[in-house]
Parts: sequence; structure tokens; C-alpha cells
Amino acid sequence: MTTTVETPPPVTPEASRRARRRASGSLGRYIFVRFLLIFPTVFILVTMVFVFMRLIGDPITAALGGRLGADELAERRHEAGYDRPLIVQYFEYIGQVFTGNFGTTLTDNQPVVDVLLRYGTATLELAIYALLVAFIVGIPLGMLAAAIRDRWGDAVLRVFAILCYATPVFFAGLVLKLIFSVWLGWLPVSGRAGVRTELSLGRQDGATGIYLIDAIRSGNPAYISDVLQHAVLPGITLGLLTAGIFLRLVRTNVIGTLSMPYVDAARSRGVREYRLVRRHAYKPALIPIVTVIGLQIALLLGGAVLTETTFEWQGLGFQLTHYLSARDFVAVQGIVALLAVIVALSNFVVDIIAALIDPRVRY
Amino acid sequence: MASIDPAVDIRGLKVTFDTDGGRVEAVREADLRVAPGEVLAVVGESGSGKTVTARSILGLLPETALVEGAVVLNGEDVVQLDRRRLRELRGTAAAMIFQEPSTALNPVYTVGWQLAEGLRAHGKYTKRQARAHAVEMLRRVGIPDPERRVDDYPHQFSGGQKQRVVIAMALALDASVLIADEPTTALDVTVQAEILDLLRRCRDEFGTAVVLITHNMGVVADLADRVAVMFNGEVVETAPVIDLFRAPQHDYTRRLLAAVPRVELAERAPHAPDESVGAVVEARGLEIEYPGRLGRKAFRAVSGVDLRIAPGEVVGLVGESGSGKTTIGRAIAGLTAVTGGSLRVLDTEMRGVREREFRPQRRRLGFVFQDPATSFNPLLTIAECVAEPLIVHGVADSGSDARDRVDELLEAVQLPGAFGDRYPHELSGGQRQRASLARALALDPELLIADEPTSALDVSVQARVLDLFDELQERFGFASLFITHDLAVVDRVAHRVVVLHHGEVVESGPTHQVLGAPSDPYTQRLLASLPVPDPVEQASRRAELAALRESTA
Amino acid sequence: MARPRRASLLARLPIVHQLRQSVGLQRGMLVAGLVITGVFLLTAALAPLIAPYGFAQLRDENGLFGAQQPPSAGHLLGTTVGGYDVLSRVIWGTQTAFLVIVVAVILSIFIGVFLGLISGYIGGWIDRVLVVVADAVFAFPTLLLAIVAAIVISGGQSSLWGGVAAAAVSITVVFIPQYFRVIRAETVRVKSEAFVESARVIGARAPRIMFRHVLRNSTRTLPLIFTLNASEAILTLAALGFLGFGIQPTSAAEWGYDLNKAIADVTSGIWWTPVFPGLAIVLVVLGITLIGESLNDLADPRLRARRRLAATPADAVAESAPASRDAMGEVL
Repeated sequence: MTTTVETPPPVTPEASRRARRRASGSLGRYIFVRFLLIFPTVFILVTMVFVFMRLIGDPITAALGGRLGADELAERRHEAGYDRPLIVQYFEYIGQVFTGNFGTTLTDNQPVVDVLLRYGTATLELAIYALLVAFIVGIPLGMLAAAIRDRWGDAVLRVFAILCYATPVFFAGLVLKLIFSVWLGWLPVSGRAGVRTELSLGRQDGATGIYLIDAIRSGNPAYISDVLQHAVLPGITLGLLTAGIFLRLVRTNVIGTLSMPYVDAARSRGVREYRLVRRHAYKPALIPIVTVIGLQIALLLGGAVLTETTFEWQGLGFQLTHYLSARDFVAVQGIVALLAVIVALSNFVVDIIAALIDPRVRY
Repeated sequence: MASIDPAVDIRGLKVTFDTDGGRVEAVREADLRVAPGEVLAVVGESGSGKTVTARSILGLLPETALVEGAVVLNGEDVVQLDRRRLRELRGTAAAMIFQEPSTALNPVYTVGWQLAEGLRAHGKYTKRQARAHAVEMLRRVGIPDPERRVDDYPHQFSGGQKQRVVIAMALALDASVLIADEPTTALDVTVQAEILDLLRRCRDEFGTAVVLITHNMGVVADLADRVAVMFNGEVVETAPVIDLFRAPQHDYTRRLLAAVPRVELAERAPHAPDESVGAVVEARGLEIEYPGRLGRKAFRAVSGVDLRIAPGEVVGLVGESGSGKTTIGRAIAGLTAVTGGSLRVLDTEMRGVREREFRPQRRRLGFVFQDPATSFNPLLTIAECVAEPLIVHGVADSGSDARDRVDELLEAVQLPGAFGDRYPHELSGGQRQRASLARALALDPELLIADEPTSALDVSVQARVLDLFDELQERFGFASLFITHDLAVVDRVAHRVVVLHHGEVVESGPTHQVLGAPSDPYTQRLLASLPVPDPVEQASRRAELAALRESTA
Repeated sequence: MARPRRASLLARLPIVHQLRQSVGLQRGMLVAGLVITGVFLLTAALAPLIAPYGFAQLRDENGLFGAQQPPSAGHLLGTTVGGYDVLSRVIWGTQTAFLVIVVAVILSIFIGVFLGLISGYIGGWIDRVLVVVADAVFAFPTLLLAIVAAIVISGGQSSLWGGVAAAAVSITVVFIPQYFRVIRAETVRVKSEAFVESARVIGARAPRIMFRHVLRNSTRTLPLIFTLNASEAILTLAALGFLGFGIQPTSAAEWGYDLNKAIADVTSGIWWTPVFPGLAIVLVVLGITLIGESLNDLADPRLRARRRLAATPADAVAESAPASRDAMGEVL
């Protein structure tokens, strides 16, 4: 086929030098534009959460209705300002969110931001373990599957990948717990650490809240091993979910790049097959994966809620379910809105990283 | 010739693929010999097996392709070699140049890295040496400022420069054979001339043998010493280039050569410019800008273009990629907004026009698109597609109502009426372009815009479609804007020619005048860069082009 | 070479066509998926006949079933902490899962496809606003949105239809952006193809172009997303149930709810209450996903396995211009 391809007009050396300068300039512009995009995203999500939560009425009635008399309820509603027009409440809420105020929980009267600071580190620690598992399992196996595509090993790996995300994290967690904690007794059933460990780590000066770091700083090997033992099952549970997705994605992308003409071109120069796969297929295949990792953060957070509930891991997700069952919708709204901000921010960071490692950056 | 060992010797090559449609013999019987320092052109149309033959020299066919016969390179039979030895030969004994330079370079590595990789694959270089050698190679293929550009990524080079880089990689290990698979097909003709010069230098200065795969007979005449013609998986004729063009032996070669369009400056009945009748298209100071994205400056594709098409006149719009020729065609058809100046089409001012106002005029206008593969809705039959304009403009109520008219139209473009019941993918490219003409002519338009209607077709098919266009134009008398990058095609069909360069008109006038005695330096260069399918004439033209470059450089 | 004739109607049906197209292991995966999904659908249809007890049945003529009874002749898979028969609830659960898939996916397909088509074809500010909204929702944890939606719709707990509706609508909210994105991307691609531009040049009006030319050419990936979302719908429903936002056990059988109630069982070594509903989820999702993955592979020439060879230049020619070979009477 001889379709003519529109190529840019010939570039003189001067023009190409200018193009190079433009390229670096466009990275700056890209970051700026991408940064601006955070605001509508957060705004839309926060608005959506607000609208949804208020469709069912006010939080006070939801949380305390039935327990208080009608008069008292009305008084509490008036105090909290829930009897004002919805639009007034909405603008007040948006204003608060953009100043970092996510409200105060109804049931135990704590600022939502404090809840986040106290429990956020636990979720962060869990997410890091999970990502580690996902990277270590998903990426090499995906590369392997691509290299042996359409053979038995490939089929097995692919079914493994599908099983990883076909298995609800809470079920995977329960089964792992059943086998390794209850039947074999190798690992603890739940929690982030033993009671004694938790107490002494909490007393430490300048505790980070990330137990592994705190345990290493304490220098006590018993603490370290205790923390690690507690982390194994939750980390694997949440990590495998993402690993399945990574595996599939890496496989598809590597197969795609292996069929690119430049791989054939390198082969025609006598480059070794192993190197063709290692250098020419993997790197271009991994760049889009970075972007997809950004989208996995959302999935990871959703999975974290379930994993934390399964393993009684005292993180944000665990707190969320706690407030959900207490029908404390101010807390729920606050936590969800905060998570929206975190997702938007981390997607921003991931997109920037993807742009930085891709030499063809443009927007 | 017999005294020297050939650089490549292909004997009784047969290549079979297993596809969804059963076994396919890509190459049935090929015997080819290339002497050192010789350029052998392998020509043929798509599907003739020329690319498969060329790739077999480096063993670059998929493992599952069944290869029989012998391909002797440097005294070794490539077909029989194990993978290790084959790898050692790749790049050192023979190297390959690809059709599409932008995809033959890995976008995430610098060109220097990729050059060095090829060198180091054969284990003779340290990092520093490899880099120095890479710089040297880039200099040799004419990349300015190679010390700096060696660290650039492929996307920072222009199309022609990328092809130079690909050639540098092929030359890097002093391969005695270069396999060039359509090396200039993706490039503009002025760039093509430069790349052909570079390949000629490879042969002359390094004594490299070149196997040149091409469908372009002009390129053959320009560069080849000997020619092998492939048809249907077989080599039907091999001859020195002069003999082949002067006295083709095989029937297929004769047909192929006859179909090649050339600039002949045949005196076409000049279109009588009738000033009293309003023009079909009238552009004055036409400007078209594409809006930039988010704070980026707008891209001006067309600036200050004056253009007039009288009723019944065929105007050829010529230019290289990026010249804005397609943009002008789209603006006339109301597909792209006009941002400045004035453009009157069929008595409607297109600047700021609303679709609602222009829609009634659309029945007076037809459009033929470049790519026959995508110009029909794959889910509708040809008859339904051709009937579409009739239905949209209320001439017919339904497909069956329009069927008589559709059959008439199909007959006019020389397609049997039964083709109306087929789906687009069941037609060949040439047949689809003819059906496309039928659709464009359904409402007997006053103006037909044809955007590179033949550039995706093989030459013999192209010739038939051009003949048909001529005939239809005479019969229906429509005015036409014929957009093309090929000067020879424009010579065949146009009354007048308009030459575009970077969005501006550099020259316009009657066809024989513009192509016969161009006054603008760019037109001159464009014309001189076009290789003519005649080796003797081409040799003298090459000298002219060199002189022209001297004078304008 | 024989011109590819129009295949019979049967062979052109989505799944049948791909089944014939597939080879080797790829066909194996597709068949496995079809079998599992078939069993799932059959079970859902025949649940009243197969299930030994009702999903909310606590007693039979011999009295109460008893809580946490291990598997026995009377209760093949044992009983739950609430005293229900595990096997029956697993079987009845297929009906709930099926209902949620149908309601959720159909709702989101219609809304998502429509919005995607409009947004992609018309472009302009409508497009920009819809894209930003869709991207925002898309980037947000599915589960959290589903929780919020479930609270709105049912206040957190409900009857069969209330529960199904809550799960379905919450899933719909999350899926609409996905259909929207895919259809919009396809529409933008198809819109710039020559046949659509040709319709514009002819003077066809926007609705005619959108529905006659663009829509049908933009929907080739729908079976794939359909399967992906069907499995995600099941997972989301189960997750909602697990967090206590699902359907009450007396209204319908729902696997996520049963798993939630089984958390405590695990610690005391009672394995039959979590394992069977969990396996049911895994199997159904596995079956549907296998179909989806196979469809995806077959639709992409690069991923499609071939009888004997990988993508080759010859194939590329065959793929891009199947008919032009016929013109010259040539092969390949």
C-alpha cells in the first residue's frame, strides 16, 4: 500500500533547534495545564458527593433520627445550619473544602482532617506494600507471558491474571487468612501489629505512623518481624488484585511493541533477540503503563477499603466502614471528598512522571 | 559479470505463508543475482512478492514462513544458516533500509544509542568508539552538526533526515549489500531526490551493492543498473535498465511501463476562459488557520491564496505534504472553516457560512477521497452508498427507488450493476475509487473535488482511473479541483495548474506552461526532482537538478 | 483465491463469528468462558428447581437447620451463621447477580453510548465539559461512589428490588463514563474517516450521519466492555454486600452479604460459609472475563493468535487490502 503520509515540512537545523527549545517549553506548559485540570476534577467530585449525600436529607436526622425527640432534632439541625437553603450550604461547603476544612464527624466530634492524619498513614503503608507486590509479580510475569505468547505457559499466566482480579479482595483475604492464619497458624489473623508492639511504637518520639519505619527506628528486631508478619497477608491480598491488571497490561503492550517495525529494523542490524525484547520492546511498552498506574490508584483505594475491613487494618478504609455503619454521613462525606483530592493529586503526579520519561512529550 | 562472485545470489526461491484464507505462495520462483557495486531494482505492484524476496536475503521472514531454494550471501546460504550465524551476518554482510523511517526508529532511544547498538551487537567497539563512529556515520549521510544531533531522539528529525539516519545505520558496519525497501515512498519528491543521490553515493564511493525494491519506475530509471520485474510471485523479466525501458520483453513489463504517467506536455485543448460566467470557485486572499491547543499559537495552513475555477475547467492543485493543498480542498467542500480572506463556492461565501445555508448547494458539489479503504461505510452496500446523495437531497425516497439511477451511474464508471449489491470490502481499491466517482457524480454536480484520488493505487490501476476521470469530465463537463502531489498525474488531467508551497501559491497558469517552462524556482526544483521513467533522459535531468541546487543553495 | 463471500447470518453473530475465527489456546479460553457463563445462566434460570431450599428458609419439617452446621447429607455445603442453607443461597445468588448485571449494564450502555455519540460527534464545549466530568468520575474509586449511591437510593439496606436497584444504579453511575469514553473515542475516530466526511459533503444532516454512519461503526468494542462491566458489576454488588450495603438476606440471596457474615467464622476455622459463595463469585467473573479477553484478542490483529505464524508483512497486506489482490488476479 502506498498511501502518502503527511510528514511535516523539511526542518532546517535552525528550525529543529527551535523545535527542541519548544519541546522543553511544552513540558512546562503541559505540567501547568495538567495542574489546572486538578481543580475542575476535585470540584466535580466534591459537588457530586455533596449532591448525593444531601439527596437523602440532612446528616443529623440520618445519624440521630429515632434516638432524639423531634424538638431536639430540629434544634440540632438549626445549630448545624442544615435548615438553611441547600445552595447556601453548598457554597459554604465548597468554600470549606478549598480551605482544607472537611467538616467534623457527628458521632465522635473529630475534625475529618484529623481522622485522615491519624489513619491515612496506615492506608499509605498498605498501599505501598500492595504496589510492591503488584510490581514484583505483575511486571515480570507480564513480560514473560508476552515472550512466550500463545503457548501453554502464557495461557496459565493469563488465567492467573484473570483469577487475580476475578477474586474479590475480601474473599481472597478470607481464604488466605483461613489457610495461613487459622489452619497453618503461620501468620497473625488481623491488625497491623501485636498489641505490645503497637503500644511501644506509638510511644516512640516522632512516630511516623508507618509502622515499618517506626519499627526499624526502634531497632528492636522483634517489632520489625511482628510488623512484617502482620503486613504479609493484607499486602498480598491487595497487591494481587493490581498485579493481575499489571500482568495483562504489560503483556498486551509488549506484544504490541514487539510487532513494531523498529524491532524488525534492529533485528536487521544484527541485534540479539534477547536484547530486542529487553531494550526495544520493554521500554516503549512500559511508558503507557505508568499512566495506567495512575488509574490503578483509584482501584487500589477501593480495594484498600475492603482489605482493611477484612484484616481489621486500622486505616482510612476501616474508619470509613465504621462511620458508614454508624450512619455518620458528615464523616463519610469528608473522607470521600478527601480521597477524591488524593486521587486527583496522585493522578497528576503520575501523568507528570509519564511525561518526563517519554521523550516525545507533547500536549 | 560472470567473472565476479555475485554479492547476492538467489536461486529458485519459493516462499509460502499460511494465512486465514489458506496457503499463499508469496514467491513462486525467483532467481536474482546482484553484483558488487551494482544497483538491482526489483519492481512490481503490491502483492507481487518483491518485499518478501528482499526480506529473505536477511532471513527477516517470520519463522513459520516456509522458504525453499537458496539465497547465497557472501558465499553462505542464508536459508540454511542457524540463528546465531544469521544474526552475525545481519548488518555486516547485508543491511536494510525501510519504507517508513518514522517507524523504523525506536522513539524512546536517541539515534546515537540506536546506531551504537548496531555496532556493538557485532562486538568490536567500546562505548566511546561506537559513539565516535556514530557521529562519523551521521556526518557521512549529511546530517548537519552530527556531534550534537547524535543525542537527539527520532521525533526531532524531519522525515528526510530520519531516512538518512536509517541509511547511516545500514552503512555503519560496511555491509556489502544494502536492501532498500521502498526507501522514498513515504517522502516528498524533493527529499526523494536527495535520498536517491545518497544511495548512489553509497554505490559509487563504497562499492556497495544495492537491492532496491520499488513500484516507482521513475526511481528505477534514476538509480538502477539492472531491473528485475516481479509479477504474481515470479520474476518475469530481468534486464539492464536501458534495455528494459527501450525494449521491454515481457507483456506485463510493457503494460506496466505504458501505465506509468509521465509529464508529456501534451497540448490539451485549452479551456476557454469565459469571464462572463461566474466562477465556480473564487478565492481571494484565502487564509485558513487551525486553532492552537490551549495557549499554543494557531497553525496557519493556507495564507493569501488566490484561486479561480471556471465552469467546466479542471484545475490541478499541486504541492508537497504540508503545503496546504488538502486543506484548500476541504475548505471548498465546507469541511474546514475559512478564517480569512474570501472564498466563494457556487455563489456562496464560505467565510463564516452556516451549514444550513450551504446545504442546498451541496448537491452541486462532489468529492472523491484519497483512501479507497475508508471512503465507504463498511456496513452498507455499494448501491446504498451511491444512492445516499439521491436520498439526502430528496431525489429518491429509498434505496430501491434509486436503484435504476445507481445502476446507470455504476455503468458510467464501468462497474457492472451487480457490484451494487456487494459490500465495500469485496471491491478492489480501483473499483472502490470508481464507485466513489459514481457517488460523487450522482447528482450531476458542477464541481468535483478530487483529493489524491489515485495515490493509493498501483500504477496500472491508476492509469485506468485517470482515463475514466478524463472521459467522465468530457461527458458531464463538470469543473474540477484535482489535488495531487504527482506532477505527471496533473499533466494528464488538468487544464490549469496551481503550485502550492508552505500554504502559498508560488505559480499558476496553463498546464503546459507551468510544467513546460516553470518560472518559479520552487516549481523548477519540484519538476527537476521528479524522476522520469527513462534512464537516459533522467541522467541528463539529474545534472540539471544538481545545477539548480547549486544556483539556489 | 476465493473472494471472501458474505458469511451466513449465523456465522456473523458476534460470539459465533469469533468462535470460528479463533484457534488453539485462544479458542480454549473462549470456550471455557462460554461454558462457565452458560452454567451460570442456566443456574439462574433453573434456581427454583435446583436449589434444595429457599434462600431465606430457616427450617423444614424437621425443625430449624441450625447455625454453622458443617456439610452433611441434609445440607451439602453446610449452613451459615444465620442458619441458612449455604448451597441454596449460592444457587439463588445467581439470580440476584444476573438481575444486577442486566439492569446495570443495560442502563449504562444506553446512557453512555448516547452521551458518547453526541459528545464525540458534536464536539465543542459540550464535549469538553462531558469529558472532564467523565474523567473525574472515572478516576474516582468505583466502590466509594457505589457506596455513596447506595446510601442515596436505599438508605443503606433494602428489599430485593430496592437492593438490586441500589447496586445497579450505583454501578451505572460508575460505568456510564466508561461507555462514554469508549464510544466517544470511537466516534471521534470514525468521524474523521472518509465515509463520514463524504456524507457531510453530500449534505446529510447530523442525526442521519450519527445514527446511520457513525453509531454502527463505533460499537464494535461494545461486547468487550459489556463483559468487563458485567464482571465488575458482580464484584461491586458483592463488595457493597460485604460492607453491609447490600440486600437483606430475607429479600434475596446475595454472595457479598454471606461473605460479610462469614468474616468471624474464618477465625474459628469454619470454612464452608465463606468458600462457596466466594467461589461462586470467582467462577462467574472468571467465565465472563475469559469471554471478554478472548473477544478483545480476536478484535486486535496484533493479539490474535494465528494458525502458524505471527503478524507478517504478508498478513499486513492481507489485512489492509484484502480485495486489491483480486483486482490483478494475484495472490497475496
